[in-house]
Amino acid sequence: MANANELRKQIGSIKNTQKITSAMEMVAASRMRKTQERMARGRPYSDHIRTVIGHVAKASPEYRHQFMVEREVRRIGYILVTTDKGLCGGLNINLLKATVKDIKQWVDQGIEVDLCLIGKKGAQFFRSYGGNVVAASDNASEEPEMTDLIGSIKVMLDSFAEGKIDKVFLANNIFVNTMTQTPTIRQLVPLNAEDDGQEKRIWDYIYEPDARQLIEGLVTRFIESQVYQAVVENVACEQAAKMIAMKNATDNAGDLVDELQLVMNNARQAAITQELSEIVSGAAAV
Amino acid sequence: MPSTVYCSIVSAEKEIFSGQVENVVATGTIGELGLFPGHTPLLTGIKPGPVRLKLEGGEEEIFFASGGYIEVQQNAITILADTALRADDLDEAAAQDAQNKAEKELADNKSDIDFGRVQADIQETAAMLRTIRKYRK
Repeated sequence: MANANELRKQIGSIKNTQKITSAMEMVAASRMRKTQERMARGRPYSDHIRTVIGHVAKASPEYRHQFMVEREVRRIGYILVTTDKGLCGGLNINLLKATVKDIKQWVDQGIEVDLCLIGKKGAQFFRSYGGNVVAASDNASEEPEMTDLIGSIKVMLDSFAEGKIDKVFLANNIFVNTMTQTPTIRQLVPLNAEDDGQEKRIWDYIYEPDARQLIEGLVTRFIESQVYQAVVENVACEQAAKMIAMKNATDNAGDLVDELQLVMNNARQAAITQELSEIVSGAAAV
Repeated sequence: MPSTVYCSIVSAEKEIFSGQVENVVATGTIGELGLFPGHTPLLTGIKPGPVRLKLEGGEEEIFFASGGYIEVQQNAITILADTALRADDLDEAAAQDAQNKAEKELADNKSDIDFGRVQADIQETAAMLRTIRKYRK
């Protein structure tokens, strides 16, 4: 029979942990609202620019920007957005698993992979997993600034422009709702048209003033907005996943305490019964 | 030919307008643009200035865009603005202030200012003031 005192101590320590996890849950819940608002504000722009870029990719312009031309693939790049901190359930693991699976497909075809990592968790993972990391940066804050991200994006886009890599993918978690975050991997460049089932016809825009300048500006804006949105979305995912993870931890701690409480009460009762029977038998002997 | 076209204005911060409109008047990089339903596909930049929408039924709404891109498809007009505001939300005093400050900066003629940026600022605030004066009556 377990010692009642020992059990009491154990329950105490679990209760302490429970207090911490429930505090973290509340912090995450309050941050989640803010981060979700920020994400929702940015979504229309990034969605619309993606549609526009889809149209541009489908047009048959007189000027083919290098971001629009499919090349033979020898080396590809990933921009991977993970969180800085842990304790957010399977969020990072799911994304990393999906990414590694995707990377493996390319590696099997003999194609090399460059990585640009935003967020510490991704950096930690690839340090032990191995992989050619060309740029890494932290999310640093909940309100990411475009300027913080431009550096690492530029590394990727420059090596694309120089022809060192032939495709760039963006891997991040998409916020579906508080319970669900889905890892997604999307191709950034070369621009690919999403097939909308429309009949293919040859058309082009009128460009004012100049196709090259416009497409260049638009594509840069597109990539920046996609990566920015990915980071903002990742922050919202992190807070949501953290809240759920901490809620589960708090609930589990509660269950554990209940169970131990029962065992402890049994042990205490057994001790009392034993003491009583000792006293009674002692009195009977006299 | 349909009499209206779907138009949406989004800025980096939020979606500002979306709905059916009869026509759109905006300031493109090389001049004023009037966009009607069935316009041929067009891609152009925006200069700081007003964007005027004529809603279904003839009502007008006026916005201010500080720059960005316009994409026109046969059945949709998308305005990707850097920043955009409803004209009613523009603050004349603040715009005037910003312009004075930028002009002063230019006049001070210090060597460490970024001429391109200041000039862009002046253009933007001037366009803002124009929008306010023209339409707030």
